[in-house]
Amino acid sequence: MSTAAETPKPLTKKDLTADHPTWCPGCGDFAVLASFFKVLEKLQIPHEKICTIAGIGCSSRFPYFVNGHGVHFIHGRALPFATGVSLSRPDLHVFAFGGDGDGYSIGGNHLDHAARKNVNLTYIVMDNFVYGLTKKQTSPTSPKGFKSKTDPTGAIDQPINPMKKLVYGGASFVARTHATQVKHMMEVFERAILHPGFSVVEVLSECVIFYPGAFDDGNPRKGGTFDLIEEKKWDHSAEDAERHDVSDENAAYRLASLQYPGKFGVFYETDRPTKNQLEQIGIDAARERTGNATAVDLLSSRFASMK
Amino acid sequence: MSPSATSDSPDRTSSPAASGVTELQNAVIRFAGNSQDGIQTIGGLLAKLAGRSSREVMTYMTIPSTISGGPSIFQVHLGSGEVLSAGDESDFLFAFYQHSYDSHIASLRRGGICVYDTDHVQEVKGDLDVLHVGIPITSATVEALGGSSRERGKNLFALGLVTQIFKLDKEKVVGLVSKQFGGKNEDVLRNAMLAFDAGFAYPVGDLLKVEYELQQGRGSAVDKVTTDGNTAMVLGLLAGGVRYGAAYPITPWSTIMEQLRVELPKYGGLFVQAEDELAAVAMALGFAYSGHVAVTGSSGPGLSLKMEALSYATMAELPLVVINVQRGGPSTGLPTSVEQSDLMQAIYGSHGDCPRIVLAPKNVADCFYIAVEACELAKTYSCPVFVLTDMALASRIEAFEQPDLSAVVCDPFLDLSTRGEDFKPYPLDGFTRHAAPGSVMTAGKYPVVTGLEHDEWGHPSANPGIHQRMTERRREKIKAFGATLPKPEIYGDESGEALIVGWGSTWGPIREAVERLRESGRPVACIHLRHLNPMPNGLEAIFARFQHVLVVEMNDEGLYGYGQFATLLRARYCDPKIRSICKTDGLNYRVRDIVARVEAVIGTV
Repeated sequence: MSTAAETPKPLTKKDLTADHPTWCPGCGDFAVLASFFKVLEKLQIPHEKICTIAGIGCSSRFPYFVNGHGVHFIHGRALPFATGVSLSRPDLHVFAFGGDGDGYSIGGNHLDHAARKNVNLTYIVMDNFVYGLTKKQTSPTSPKGFKSKTDPTGAIDQPINPMKKLVYGGASFVARTHATQVKHMMEVFERAILHPGFSVVEVLSECVIFYPGAFDDGNPRKGGTFDLIEEKKWDHSAEDAERHDVSDENAAYRLASLQYPGKFGVFYETDRPTKNQLEQIGIDAARERTGNATAVDLLSSRFASMK
Repeated sequence: MSPSATSDSPDRTSSPAASGVTELQNAVIRFAGNSQDGIQTIGGLLAKLAGRSSREVMTYMTIPSTISGGPSIFQVHLGSGEVLSAGDESDFLFAFYQHSYDSHIASLRRGGICVYDTDHVQEVKGDLDVLHVGIPITSATVEALGGSSRERGKNLFALGLVTQIFKLDKEKVVGLVSKQFGGKNEDVLRNAMLAFDAGFAYPVGDLLKVEYELQQGRGSAVDKVTTDGNTAMVLGLLAGGVRYGAAYPITPWSTIMEQLRVELPKYGGLFVQAEDELAAVAMALGFAYSGHVAVTGSSGPGLSLKMEALSYATMAELPLVVINVQRGGPSTGLPTSVEQSDLMQAIYGSHGDCPRIVLAPKNVADCFYIAVEACELAKTYSCPVFVLTDMALASRIEAFEQPDLSAVVCDPFLDLSTRGEDFKPYPLDGFTRHAAPGSVMTAGKYPVVTGLEHDEWGHPSANPGIHQRMTERRREKIKAFGATLPKPEIYGDESGEALIVGWGSTWGPIREAVERLRESGRPVACIHLRHLNPMPNGLEAIFARFQHVLVVEMNDEGLYGYGQFATLLRARYCDPKIRSICKTDGLNYRVRDIVARVEAVIGTV
């Protein structure tokens, strides 16, 4: 152990707190931010190694409220930006934040590809079923019949199912939680952060202005039920046969097909090589083949081959 | 290079040697066939041979945009002096099919020689002033290979013929063939050599009536590098310190990303094929934000998709090298033809006020140097730097001297130094300096890089005064770079009737046009700009010395009669004598086209 003087002082919630959030009072995102702080405090990630990245939207203001290296990028492209950071900087802890419009609509294609590539980062989606920053338009998760400024008589398009999309896409950790259930939210955040690979947590986070009460059905204090997924304990008991195997993709789809509000917890988790690891294998092999040559040597031999 | 006395171009001379062998100073050889015949391969081998023989070389090829098959040509211009263009007309035509003959016989100069495959070309025009030499290329190749290889190997047979006809150094050619095919299985190399030997031994001497020999080059004895523009660009990026990049495939950009994908891991870096153009530029900016010199690229349509993120790069002041290998547009347009119609897109093609650095290489060697410069500028000015190359440069092969690598190679350095209390990424009075993630901030306050307008510390601000000042700051830093640029070198007369202004891949033909015009007694000159935005200061002093300023571009004259660069020059200098020479036929400028268009303005003597 190093001496006390050399030991960095522990990272606290106070250190991580930046600007006061511009979210509306009562917004579900406040609880997401508070839970994120608490998990970072618990995991003691070095302060300078924390990197938060977001696109555009209410929840995408997240990086301004975390005192850490951060990026407020453009609408829908947080994941490819975060992919660039993750792949080139293995020393960092990369977090992406966003909402349903940013992640499932304009950035929907990037989600599939970050998932299939299994890029090592954690993505937290604050899903409120509505466009809040632009003041109430239909979102890709708005249920049929939801009345918005772009669908005054009610939404007619079938909403996407984020859990199915994530499992299908190939995300190696897929969980769902509720912004009013802070203890559960912290548990899944921690598991997501510790998971090596592309981990996604979908948080039902209420927009109290444009879609109040959207998630009451999942909130016991509002008369709903917060129904948790029971994961297999592999104890050979009779009850265990009924429990969820997180590595079973079909079981994850079945959970995702449940009637709203459905279940909460880890839908899917698998150990698959990350793109980061696979690329590094290629880089190491290439460096070895060159005998760790310098750039001048590599270019000199390349030019020689073209004479 | 005229073997007979019918040459109409006095600058290309030949001298019958004592032995009765006709010495050529330069020769333009066009191979016309189908894309699967491997004519690019032999064209490339000839170009390489020229580089090894210290000759000048330039190539030109057309490739069909179909997946497989379709007419294709490869033209090689070999010379012992300075070769500036791929040649207006060919001296020798190798026609593999009837359609090749029909389409390209007009490109053969008067008195030229057409070698055609009698197995495929049934009808030749007897009334032309060309020497027709019929050779059963296909059946002779099949015979040489034992009749089992169908029509494969015709290209090597033709290479054998060329080696024989021009008395090229057979040993060197065989060495290049072995290198090209030696990596594959033994049968491939054996068949290649059988076809080559058959072509080399074919009794062609009597048919030609005259013997030819290319003069040795007068250049340095050092072997030159021969490669195409896209490869030179890749090497320039590597030399400039690029270690990370991302892109999406599109012709003719793809060969850059394919090479970077293979090369970068050798340097400890990585190139990612992204799911789309938007993801590609976002990933590249992720690399840049992480503290690396990064690259993305595409062709016109792909660049359109990247534009939102590129405006972010201007606002957040992130360094990025952005390459556009231009092709014919708009939309899918002419994917395998050359055009220079993305200049306005590079300079203005985005939302908001986005002053950008835009560069254009003039030839293949310059693709290397301009890539190095782009890396340096991106780092120094912390902004996106565009490089406008084009389809012609992408695929054209030229010979050039190897760059002094120890002088140009820049090893990247990831700066994660601790930043003090006074950290200010966007100072009003200095260069932009980001703290890459991983840097400790001693004040305990960490930066957020944003696309919102922000103050010197990077804090978002909608304050009108701040937006005004920061817009000025982003503009002034680009102007400051412009002030460092030297005035372009004038080639030709210091004053006179016409100044030709060019940019990009037209450098060679324009220069050769100036030479021809001056030989015919016209006082003309040209300048070629590599820095298009900002352009160097002081051009007005050069313009003032000429009666006409003619801007040669491969784009349309637009609604008001001026090409894209001419429009910018007129906007900057308000000089009515700046006029345009434009065209959009998807082909390179021929020297005689430029001469004729200039003469149309200044009059013929």
